[in-house]
Amino acid sequence: MRPQIIVPPIGAVGPRAATQGPGAWRGLRDRLGRLAHLDARLYQIAFLAVLLGAGVLARDFSLQAEQVALTFAAGIATQLFWVRALGLHRVGVLSAVITCFGLAVLLRADSLWVHPLAAAACLSAKFLVRANGKHLFNPTNLGVVLAVLTLPGAWISPGQWGADLLLACWVVALGGVVANRARSFDMSAAFLVCYLGALAARVAWLGQDWGVLAHQLQSGALLVFAFFMISDPMTIPSRMRARLAYAACVAGLAYAWQYVFYVPNGPVWALFLCAPLVPLLDGIWPGVQPTWGSAQGSARRPAPEAR
Amino acid sequence: MKRTFVTVAAGVAMAAAAGAAQAFCGFYVGKADATLFNDASKVVMVRDGERTVINMLNDYQGALTEFAMVVPVPVVLQKEDVKTPFRAVFDRLDAYSAPRLAEYYDPNPCNPPRPRALSAPQNLAKKSVGRGMIAEDRAEELGVRVEAQYTVGPYDIVILSATQSDGLETWLHENGYRIPAGASKALAPYIRQDMKFFVAKVNLEEHAKSGAHFLAPLQFSFRSEKFMLPIRLGMINARGPQDLVLWVLTKKGRVETTNYRTVKLPANVNLPPYVKFDKTHSFGRFYKAMFDERAKREGHRVVFTEYFWDMGWCDPCAANPLTAQELANLGVDWARGNTRRGAPVKLTRLHMRYTPETFPEDLAFQETADRRNWQTRYVLQHPAKFDLADCENPQNAQRYLVQLGGRQEREAQTLANLTGWNIDAIRAKTRAAHAETPLSIAPGAASPAADWPFGQLWRWLHSEGA
Repeated sequence: MRPQIIVPPIGAVGPRAATQGPGAWRGLRDRLGRLAHLDARLYQIAFLAVLLGAGVLARDFSLQAEQVALTFAAGIATQLFWVRALGLHRVGVLSAVITCFGLAVLLRADSLWVHPLAAAACLSAKFLVRANGKHLFNPTNLGVVLAVLTLPGAWISPGQWGADLLLACWVVALGGVVANRARSFDMSAAFLVCYLGALAARVAWLGQDWGVLAHQLQSGALLVFAFFMISDPMTIPSRMRARLAYAACVAGLAYAWQYVFYVPNGPVWALFLCAPLVPLLDGIWPGVQPTWGSAQGSARRPAPEAR
Repeated sequence: MKRTFVTVAAGVAMAAAAGAAQAFCGFYVGKADATLFNDASKVVMVRDGERTVINMLNDYQGALTEFAMVVPVPVVLQKEDVKTPFRAVFDRLDAYSAPRLAEYYDPNPCNPPRPRALSAPQNLAKKSVGRGMIAEDRAEELGVRVEAQYTVGPYDIVILSATQSDGLETWLHENGYRIPAGASKALAPYIRQDMKFFVAKVNLEEHAKSGAHFLAPLQFSFRSEKFMLPIRLGMINARGPQDLVLWVLTKKGRVETTNYRTVKLPANVNLPPYVKFDKTHSFGRFYKAMFDERAKREGHRVVFTEYFWDMGWCDPCAANPLTAQELANLGVDWARGNTRRGAPVKLTRLHMRYTPETFPEDLAFQETADRRNWQTRYVLQHPAKFDLADCENPQNAQRYLVQLGGRQEREAQTLANLTGWNIDAIRAKTRAAHAETPLSIAPGAASPAADWPFGQLWRWLHSEGA
């Protein structure tokens, strides 16, 4: 079963608050309280669905409905295949759904077969490429990188989000909730502090207008990466200090990739290249893996179903 | 509904929409208060691995003695890196990639479908430094270094590097360039990035020898990992939004910006057929109004894609693809020696309208793996002309007329929505167009010009058919 949540993350909703107040209000708060105990992945799925919908409808993502459908079909089928083949119990398809959403949001292709192939490959790798009992690569990250490296007609569009302040606010707010639920907010925060710190230092050194930093800060792609990719609890180091070191490594490499070597999509490549560091860091600072519902790095038992 | 004829190049007419805004990747500097005029900047970029070629078209219209241009470049350019391509190639590239109008004719509903006579393609909006001595000591004192100096075509060119922006600004001032206020601040980031400055002036003697009316375009090539275009310098003396039309020639796929949104313009929609003949609602004006409207709606924050196609062909063709020689003139070396015209060359045409606030950074690009051809194409669907009284298939004709009424209303709404033009004016023009070439209607029905073109017919059909 899922580990118990110990901190009610939504506002003042808690057992004490829920017992006070008149009926209707209490009922609402009870419901919110129950919501808070749901699997964090459900929040992620809801949020990514909103993001994908908004992107397709309002942001000219040049994504075809067939590509999305095929991504999900291939992704879920692959997950179910491996669950059966390996005889795993209590492993659902939630994380596969998240991976498929991630692929649909980030990956672009000029044909129909790139998305399903990427989904099948990265979800298979999740079961096959493992170290210390956890998968090495974030499946979405791996899927995107594999597709861009090996499949013709696949690319990432980092600029397609636009520097829309409203969008950024939404991503931060909702992403924060999701990351809180996943108890890996430290990863997101550490990455953002390091990466944005480097960007700010660059703007100051070049003597550019601060509008440049504001422009970069409002990138939806960066925030999606920070809140949905690097913070995946299943692919980050177990101990907090290891996580902070890891986030700093990814941020440093991402910055260098983008502003020293002038290649786009720095964060995505940096996360891919840094992933092998996780087993090393876990070796140096061993600990218990945080999961989709557990407290971070605590002594709780890892959830066997979290794959 | 057979396609019977295509085309119309709108040329750079819409690119001229910026009016008198002073745009360019670098900036123009003058030595007098003569009004500098520079329409939309036109730049052709070629990118193959790290090899980059930048072609800039000059539309400078002031006195030649006052012309000077400053462009940041990543490396020191030698004389062989700078050329003057043919101006005509820009026009060819523009014509080939221009937004286009495709015409189709409805078949006569009374007869089996048969294609109508073709019209000829038409162009609705056809457009398609010498300071002699450089005081090196003074330059050194200012932290400015003259890296290279030569004459190419009608231009005297100096390549400068600098260690401080104030020094560079002073040097330019002392050497007779009127630098706009605030230049120092804009120059600083380029100096920090160790970029060089390409400074060009017109050599009057050389220009007179060439006998050309216009200034020749400038081309420079270099190797750099940076796939970018400096636009910030050109914003120093900007008044209002500026336009830039950028053609990028690559090997693999569509090019887009990585630090701004790249969006496709609304295209492949039906417009009222009167657009073909009307003066105030011509295709050129439509495109300009549509672009204005989209740019405004997006808050001048996006880069628009106008065209992406494999240079080997086109459909419909606004102009023939460029030949290998023409492409080579622009710096495409992989098309050289290729007997087929520019086969593996992909052309992306981007058009942006920006302000200093909405584009705080220079443009950064990436070549995507997207190979899907795309164009800004608009469709005119001409109604069939027939005599309802003498129709062999009246039921079919009646059905057609009902559909036609709906279609015309949709076309009018599309046009109004895209351009912001008054819908009543559009409807009136549609009515007038049909009054000139009236559709024959059955005896007893009122004149079709009295109302919405098919309003009377509709009423007639409904009353008769009931």
